[in-house]
Amino acid sequence: MEDCLAKKMEITVSEAEKRTGRNAMNIQETYTAYLIETRAVESQSEGQCAPVDSLWRRYSEFELLRNYLSVTYPHIVVPPLPEKRADFVWHKLSADNMDPDFVERRRIGLENFLLRVASHPVLCQDKIFYAFLTQEGGWKEMVNETGFQLKADSRLKALNATFRVKNPDKRFTELKHYSDELQSVISHLLRVRARVADRLYGVYKVHGNYGRVFSEWSAIEKEMGDGLQSAGHHMDVYAASIDDILEEEEHYADQLKEYLFYAEALRAVCRKHELMQYDLEMAAQDLTSKKQQCEELATGTVRTFSLKGMTSKLFGQETPEQREAKIKVLEEQIQEGEEQLKSKNLEGRDFVKSAWADIERFKEQKNHDLKEALISYAVMQISMCKKGIQVWTNAKECFSKM
Amino acid sequence: MINEYKFEDGPELRDLFITVDDPESHITAIETFITYRVVTKTSRGEFDSSEYEVRRRYQDFLWLKSKLEEAHPTLIIPPLPEKFIMKGMVERFSDEFIETRRKALHKFLNRIADHPTLTFNEDFKIFLTAQAWELSSHKKQGPGLLSRMGQTVRAVASSVRGAVKNRPEMFTEMNNYMETFSQKINLLDKIAHRIYKEERDYFNEMKEYGPIHTLWSASEEDIADSLKGIASCIDRCCKATEKRMAGLSENLLPILHEYVLYSEILMGVLKRRDQIQGELDSKVDALANKKTEKDLFSEEIGKLEDKVERANNALKADWDRWKQNMQWDMRSTFTNVAENNLRYYEECLATWESFLASQTVDLHVDEDSEDRP
Repeated sequence: MEDCLAKKMEITVSEAEKRTGRNAMNIQETYTAYLIETRAVESQSEGQCAPVDSLWRRYSEFELLRNYLSVTYPHIVVPPLPEKRADFVWHKLSADNMDPDFVERRRIGLENFLLRVASHPVLCQDKIFYAFLTQEGGWKEMVNETGFQLKADSRLKALNATFRVKNPDKRFTELKHYSDELQSVISHLLRVRARVADRLYGVYKVHGNYGRVFSEWSAIEKEMGDGLQSAGHHMDVYAASIDDILEEEEHYADQLKEYLFYAEALRAVCRKHELMQYDLEMAAQDLTSKKQQCEELATGTVRTFSLKGMTSKLFGQETPEQREAKIKVLEEQIQEGEEQLKSKNLEGRDFVKSAWADIERFKEQKNHDLKEALISYAVMQISMCKKGIQVWTNAKECFSKM
Repeated sequence: MINEYKFEDGPELRDLFITVDDPESHITAIETFITYRVVTKTSRGEFDSSEYEVRRRYQDFLWLKSKLEEAHPTLIIPPLPEKFIMKGMVERFSDEFIETRRKALHKFLNRIADHPTLTFNEDFKIFLTAQAWELSSHKKQGPGLLSRMGQTVRAVASSVRGAVKNRPEMFTEMNNYMETFSQKINLLDKIAHRIYKEERDYFNEMKEYGPIHTLWSASEEDIADSLKGIASCIDRCCKATEKRMAGLSENLLPILHEYVLYSEILMGVLKRRDQIQGELDSKVDALANKKTEKDLFSEEIGKLEDKVERANNALKADWDRWKQNMQWDMRSTFTNVAENNLRYYEECLATWESFLASQTVDLHVDEDSEDRP
């Protein structure tokens, strides 16, 4: 952890700005650009602050960075980006990508993403990541030059395709189930939370109607007037208080959302293992069948049905020279195959080892973060209750003076 | 509390105690209806006995109210719960509806008992004491339907003629007050119902919210306890919300509704006073046009003048009394609403604070175990 970038460099996404420009298809579009500021962490004894470097990036560049990291480090649970489009909104929140509140929450999410990558022991050392933070021009070309798109396995994108894997590592199978469950339960929770927020908003805001009517009523009352008027004021305060309360809760929702998206990253690692295991098993199967073919040719027995075998039976056997040639080809292929199988096995074992190490790291991080989030939720509720007690205590005093 | 009743003259001076309870349904060939038991305990001399128990149905209460209005046109007769209205929320003869009505009927009779004039009304006494057949036969006496209709027609006619000509300033002020009050109280009634609806919708969503956390805890190890803790907090807050809703529907909503009815009653009382004055004014106008028969007219006018004065005084006294009671009712009801909300927030606060305490204890335990070799 001593080496990770986050310790050496301060990273912030400090601003967001609306821009217009022409995209790849030469069509005018509006987008938001985010300012990334970096500063080397100097020892305090120096007394002077290092200069701040900054550059602008848009969301699509963040996406490119993440895609690159996912393909290049398939054994790592790569931190997720904040959502592309506003989801789980309740009525007051806008689903518009240009809405300033959404942009602000996205800014925070992007900063969080960069900090997560910068504090990851493996990812923080990546040169492309470092360039993303420090090199404004030519970064896209640099990424494309790595040729990572070629390494990308399109099968990984087909999320629901099943591979008949005979011997997967059981831990990965369990983990895949866990990530599915996590995704499902957090989605459900966020949906209901949004509905609860909507209803709570309604309860508070309706109390605001008291204020106006009390005030109008107080105009015709002599003794009750003051009490009514001041009580009405407290009802207005009560109604207004919900805005801040729910805004804070939105940040809690964002924390849960991060782990909703993390579940996908977790699943991707499991899928990668599945694929590797599948390729391994296919290669082993292929090797076995080639060995068998070779044996049959050498001994002249046909145990397996083959079209060649049938045609040679019908149209006459091959010449010994032809057979020799075939056997030689097969022996070469078998040797290649055995080497490939060996390296695939090694690859597979390395993958399992390093992936599992990162998964353990991730589990600890997840437990720590989620527990903190739940505690912060309780803290928010406590604050809401205390505000409620204050307002209603004041209101009660006014009412008792009516 | 709806059955709490303040005693204006102090409990020591009260000599008439009435309760309305025990609703029973009766099914005949023609109709189904509910009767309520009315128990009266009294130390008054005019009553032959000190305790009475009778059964009355809603119709009987309506009859009593109309008799009181007849006998005291410018007194403020307390509101009766309305006839069944298809609000779609409550079924006729549902337990909820019957209980709400019972409480309102109980209040109605007690308010009459507390009224310095109405408490001595003869029809009131008969209502409280007569057996069913006695009440029926008594109801059949008195001015017939036609004459009552005649009165109504005359009343409407005179109100159209602009009986506000010589209205004393005080009653114009009352009218203006009542117009605004009526408007505001109707608005408050709507607001209170809206709040109740929002709270109920919130409650319904909260019911689903807690269990999701429990479901999640089944897939977790380290954070399972925290999740279960949150689930239990949410469930407890959910129950607290239910209590808060009950408080609204038991207290604020009925009181606001009563005062909506009261505002109609008061507008009616002011109109009737205007009508009585109108009778006098029209006679005075008629006198101005006739030179002869002055003596006959002046006796009639004298009587009407007395009538107007009595009506005005009765209304003035009752108005002051009503305003005082209204102030008391509003103060106590809204204070109760505030207390309800305080109880709600205090209960939720305690729940969340105890959860937080349990979590931070765990954190300290974790830190300690990290220090151990």
